[in-house]
Amino acid sequence: MSGEQILRIDHLTMRFGGIVAVNDLSFAAERRKVTALIGPNGAGKTTVFNCITGFYKPTAGTMRLARDEGSEVALERLNDFRISKHAKVARTFQNVRLFPGMTALENLMVAQHNALMLASGLTFLGLIGAPSWRSAEKRAIDRARFWLDRVGLLERADDAAGNLPYGDQRRLEIVRAMCTEPVLLCLDEPAAGLNTRESASLSELLLSIRSDQGTSILLIEHDMSVVMEISDHIVVMDYGVKIAEGSPAMVRDDPKVIAAYLGADEEEAIAVMEAGP
Amino acid sequence: MDYFAQQLINGLVLGSIYGLIAIGYTMVYGIVGMINFAHGDIFMIGGFMALISFLILVSFGLTAVPVILLIVLIVSMAITALYGWTVERIAYRPLRHSFRLAPMLSAIGMSFVLSNYSQVAQGARVKPVPPIIPGGYALYTGASGFVVQLSNVQIVVVITTIVLLLIFTWLVARTRLGRDMRACEQDQTMAALLGVDVDRTISMTFVIGAALAAVAGMMYLLYYGLVDFFMGFVAGIKAFTAAVLGGIGSLPGAMLGGLAIGLIETLWSAYFSVEYKDVAAFSILIVVLIFLPTGLLGRPEVEKV
Amino acid sequence: MASVTISAPEVKPAAAGIAFILKKAAISAFIALVLFSLMVGVRTEAGPTGQLTYWTRFGELAALVAAVFAGSIVIEILRQWIGPAGAGALVPPALQHAIKTAARLVAPALLLFTLLVPVIFYDQRYILDLGVLVLTYVMLGWGLNVVVGLAGLLDLGYVAFYAVGAYSYALLATSLGLSFWEGLPLAGILAALWGVMLGFPVLRLRGDYLAIVTLAFGEIIRLVIVNWQSLTGGPNGVSGIPRPTLFGIALTPADDGLAAKLGIPFSPTHRIVFLFYLILALALLTNWVTIRLRRLPIGRAWEALREDEVACRALGINTTTTKLTAFATGAMFGGFAGAFFATRQGFISPESFTFQESALVLAIVVLGGMGSQLGVALAALAMIGGFELFRGFEQYRMLVFGLVMVLLMIWRPRGLIGHRAPTVYLKQAQTISSDLVREGHG
Repeated sequence: MSGEQILRIDHLTMRFGGIVAVNDLSFAAERRKVTALIGPNGAGKTTVFNCITGFYKPTAGTMRLARDEGSEVALERLNDFRISKHAKVARTFQNVRLFPGMTALENLMVAQHNALMLASGLTFLGLIGAPSWRSAEKRAIDRARFWLDRVGLLERADDAAGNLPYGDQRRLEIVRAMCTEPVLLCLDEPAAGLNTRESASLSELLLSIRSDQGTSILLIEHDMSVVMEISDHIVVMDYGVKIAEGSPAMVRDDPKVIAAYLGADEEEAIAVMEAGP
Repeated sequence: MDYFAQQLINGLVLGSIYGLIAIGYTMVYGIVGMINFAHGDIFMIGGFMALISFLILVSFGLTAVPVILLIVLIVSMAITALYGWTVERIAYRPLRHSFRLAPMLSAIGMSFVLSNYSQVAQGARVKPVPPIIPGGYALYTGASGFVVQLSNVQIVVVITTIVLLLIFTWLVARTRLGRDMRACEQDQTMAALLGVDVDRTISMTFVIGAALAAVAGMMYLLYYGLVDFFMGFVAGIKAFTAAVLGGIGSLPGAMLGGLAIGLIETLWSAYFSVEYKDVAAFSILIVVLIFLPTGLLGRPEVEKV
Repeated sequence: MASVTISAPEVKPAAAGIAFILKKAAISAFIALVLFSLMVGVRTEAGPTGQLTYWTRFGELAALVAAVFAGSIVIEILRQWIGPAGAGALVPPALQHAIKTAARLVAPALLLFTLLVPVIFYDQRYILDLGVLVLTYVMLGWGLNVVVGLAGLLDLGYVAFYAVGAYSYALLATSLGLSFWEGLPLAGILAALWGVMLGFPVLRLRGDYLAIVTLAFGEIIRLVIVNWQSLTGGPNGVSGIPRPTLFGIALTPADDGLAAKLGIPFSPTHRIVFLFYLILALALLTNWVTIRLRRLPIGRAWEALREDEVACRALGINTTTTKLTAFATGAMFGGFAGAFFATRQGFISPESFTFQESALVLAIVVLGGMGSQLGVALAALAMIGGFELFRGFEQYRMLVFGLVMVLLMIWRPRGLIGHRAPTVYLKQAQTISSDLVREGHG
């Protein structure tokens, strides 16, 4: 894997019984860049995400994550919580999965669980109220405060997450993922259901995460304005295979991509494009 | 070998009874997604209904056994079905959209109500009856001199079970009600939108389950010659084990599971120890759920993330 | 503009209502008649020769059917009178507000009262015994609360840990001569081990399946206790369990007893007072540990597990260890309670460890409002106190208990305390309504 790449997917295949959801998919995501995964509904994008983030075990193929110091992590061999804990890959979900009965602040505290568990001496130091635990807790609260402020939720830190408006919930989920200090952030349709203003502020948030935190972002999205505005690289899928890959400008004019979205075939798309406005 | 053959026969007969109860569990779980903790006690009520109606008929001077059995069957099925309907109406329907623990605790409460109700109403002591269907056939005599027998009661139990299974399978596959039940199992909201009376379908599911449990109760009375107020609890857990073993939501699975549990219990008591036969049944449940969470014939669930 | 008034036909809503109510009551009465016809109308009993006989009880049957008829009318009237707003609308807002402010004082007031119970009721042995019983169930409720209320794991076999604790202490004390203070931690550890052993097989199970397996576990433990006679004494139980001592000083009339040491005349009440404060201390320990754990990452992980297990995994939380620690912690407290039970009774037998106990403790936790410490305490007080009121009517007790469970679930499925308190806040702790809190799927 070249020094620029943070994630490389090679020949990823996912089969469910007789259905092949993802077929021999290969692409790479670059460090500190935003890579978008787009395609019509049912193309297999969320399945790819679930493979990368350890919710499905791929039928075949490899997914390699490059760590900062150069070593590689084989994601297909990790599963479950380890992908977040050891490989530092975080994700959000298509249907927001917050902890609705807990406050926004508590949600962000849960995200820092692993660090806090260590600091609490596997709970025992915490039970006796050791000073090292207390300062670790304070640092965690400060980090939560920082992220809440970043998305304008500081005033609502003590509100139940389930009570927050939808746009706020989406943003809270993203900063909750950021509290795990990931190197790769996978976002599943973060702009779904957001209006124009909210989408714009989402784009701004993601761009600042990329530049300030240096986190690489992998993104599934249907909202083309967001995709075109923030992506450095786009991968297009349809029916489980990659049909195009490249910069936003390239992908936008690719007849295969247009055909896939229109449900037409390629010749018709080219004809429409050549006919001009 | 002959001893084994006898245990095989006994186990299959016991298993038929468990299977009839298990069908009730699996149907209810399939359609409303709850374990009906009171179902075992419905089986017990069915046994009592059979006992009491039998006593009354005999005291009126009826002697024709087939006639008595038919009347007892109909009466106990009808009344027990009404019990099943009432329990659903009172304890489960108001909680259908509540959170998961509420109907479960309500069901547990209902289970206590039913078992203690029969204890209060009929006294705590076991009720024995003399053998109602005597006699049988000696199938063959083995080399050791052990005679493998098939009693008339056993034949009645098995035939009744088969007949009911056939009726019931026809009901689910061919009738309107069966189609409605299958629709509600898949997607209640959509079924309602398409004109299915969801409330009535769910009620009928409980009613049918209760009727089958009543038959099981009557078979139990005929086979073992006694009923008591506590027989619902253990039989209930075993029947639920059978339903899970066969795959929750699968009707042939429930019967298969019932037969399996009956065989395991009978063979275990015959060859190992009688005291721990219930432990064997419960352990099977745990082992099955660890390795086969969806049972033998169940549909695997893929977790949607 | 002339307004035209069209007079609607005179409808008598009251009359229509009465006919409707009567019809409903008649149907209910008829159903009751069919249901009770055989069970109540006929009474069977095995005669002296073993022959089954019966006699009729038409009087009782008629009375029951009439009661159902009347009750049905009452319920319908109540339903129409209260209306869709619910019983809450009956209470004026000023009173509701007063109740809310008073509610904050309930916990400290209750604690103070409990501390003073042995002082106030010093001579009333019955009340002190009842107090010990209530506190035992409060502790059991707080222990199960960790598993069911915090972590959302449906445990229907909690009595297993109670039994393991009781029998561990009983056997260690009678065969190895361990004192209560030596046996107590061991009982807790053994129970916790069982908690982990229960936890492993059920890790992948959800909701109802988890519940039924835990129930099976509870039954297995009971059956093993009943049948493994050489170890546990079987149905005869274990007797001669030594009473607890105050760090070695026995509460006996002897010269080296506590009374002699303190220079006060001996009284058998001393022991019961000691037991009262002992269980109170154990319960308060459970409470304190639970509250602290809730504020630590492990406790927060339990609650997050209940809210959304998938999200937990995505955040790097090891849900396996989270579940196992929940089971182990809950089991440990159950074990402590069991050890106390053994030493208080001096004798234990498998009859004390039935599924009904598990159901009772679970009902206490759910009624209390899962996760709420105060709610569990109040629920235990209400349930055990209520149980005691029915002491004379052994047979009807469980029947009423079952009915109460059903009615409570219909009336208040989320329990008495309808909210959750957050464990950390920036500005102000706002309680979260129970509607938002998930109940967990295990």
